[in-house]
Amino acid sequence: MMFYASFGTVLLLLAVTAPMALLFGFGGAVASRSSFLPLMLFGKLYTSIVRGVPDIVFFLFFVIALDQGIEWLRHQALCPDWTAPIRQGSDFLVCPAAKMPQSNSPQFWHEAYNFALAVVTFSIVFGAFASNVLYGAMRAVPKAQLETAHAYGLSDRQTFWRILVPQMWVYALPGLGNLWMILIKATPLLFLLGIEDIVYWARELGGSKTTIYAYPHPDWRIYYFLFLLVFYLCFTRVSEIVLERMTRRLSRGQATMAGEEQRRAA
Amino acid sequence: MTCLETFQTYALRSLGIGERLLPKADITVCEQVVLIGSGLIWNIYFAALALFAGFFLATALAVAKNSRLWIIRKPAEWFIFVFRGSPLFIQFFLAYEAFVLLPKAGIDFNLFGIDFTATTRWLTRAWLGATIVLFLNTSAYAGEIFYGALRNVPKGDLEAADAYGLTGWHRFRRIVWPTMLRLAWPGYTNEAIFLFHATTLVFFSGFPAWRQMGDALYYAKYFADKTFNPFVPYPIVAGYFVLMSLTIITVFGLINRRLNRHLPQASRQKIRLRLNLIR
Repeated sequence: MMFYASFGTVLLLLAVTAPMALLFGFGGAVASRSSFLPLMLFGKLYTSIVRGVPDIVFFLFFVIALDQGIEWLRHQALCPDWTAPIRQGSDFLVCPAAKMPQSNSPQFWHEAYNFALAVVTFSIVFGAFASNVLYGAMRAVPKAQLETAHAYGLSDRQTFWRILVPQMWVYALPGLGNLWMILIKATPLLFLLGIEDIVYWARELGGSKTTIYAYPHPDWRIYYFLFLLVFYLCFTRVSEIVLERMTRRLSRGQATMAGEEQRRAA
Repeated sequence: MTCLETFQTYALRSLGIGERLLPKADITVCEQVVLIGSGLIWNIYFAALALFAGFFLATALAVAKNSRLWIIRKPAEWFIFVFRGSPLFIQFFLAYEAFVLLPKAGIDFNLFGIDFTATTRWLTRAWLGATIVLFLNTSAYAGEIFYGALRNVPKGDLEAADAYGLTGWHRFRRIVWPTMLRLAWPGYTNEAIFLFHATTLVFFSGFPAWRQMGDALYYAKYFADKTFNPFVPYPIVAGYFVLMSLTIITVFGLINRRLNRHLPQASRQKIRLRLNLIR
């Protein structure tokens, strides 16, 4: 039963991460386009650093770093009269009140907290990729469209929200589609973050020393992993088909070749 | 221990040469840099071997996928779909479990009257098992890149080849293949970088690090767990990987220059870095 529930975990992660990464990406793209220098540098730095390093390094790094960061902040806020240093040799010590989640809270909150950390990590990493895609898409919108908007007396802000943003999605879709596929394929990495996802359960249930079943059985892990492989293959295939449909839908009424062809056919 | 001594002790630790015991207490930055760098040998080994072997299979796959014969095309299409459509992580797990199930002693089989014994016990070790998975995986990705390039070989080139009376193998070796490589090279450079990044997954996916002989990330995680301080080892790994990525870009850039040497300056293809893919 837990095995099936873990598919829900993966789907939930995808459902939460995708919009969040898009949001991060949008922020990053806007920051990179900004005329305010520090903001622009921040945006560029964010995308280039995250993209140059293996994602798994970030997955391992951010989870601990975020956890320690949050605990440190709470430590500063909650226990101002705590004098002992936080880093004692190889230990990271904060006062008990600053522990996150509290050590006496139920198991569910521990898992939820870990899951939230994983979501934020995935969003930060994939936000960088999305930011790159969206930045390219914003630059791909024909200049004439923006100039026309200015000629009609629209302000910068209006041009951005009413002309640029609605039109950029067609250009961004191939890149975002790619990213979605990669995001699907990155979900097994959840296992490394210590979350009980499908990989964890496949190992647990398939292993011959499992405690879940009362009766012993030989090593079934290979069948569980084969099943996961098929699951991911089906998932990517379905996504491909849906993305193709979306491209067609979004090209409608656009100043591109595909949009023009649809207009003629209609 | 001075830094030089540390280097002598741990520089080849990932290959099993030098001090057995990893540093446990009072870990210095120097020890971290040396050990993580030592682990990088594994990453380079995996990437170089898989890329080299994968190159040939990828070419074969691209040609097969372009074939008009149904019986040749379909297997290539399925191979590429399976390896590109599923996570590398799952592939590692599946391969490892499959290798574990093989009999330890080896498989005896009889071919043309001669008895063979296939040794299977090395397959569960990372140096062989993971290399096979990475090899198949990169072949699928590169095969798709090469296939795209193969479809884009200019019609004029082929017509010229026909006019000169080149056919079959000669036409492929002298005309189609070099043009295909030239067109595919920027994409292939990116693929090489991703493959290099993907080598970090090996020791996190079933394949055990025998006698703590692991790759760069394995040691980084070891230090992060020991010191509970992620802010030193992971940036070191990141630094190493950025350096290695730059090296790959340089080497592949040189090859790209050679592939494009007959073209006029303006129409040469520059390698544009698009580091927006993981697997």
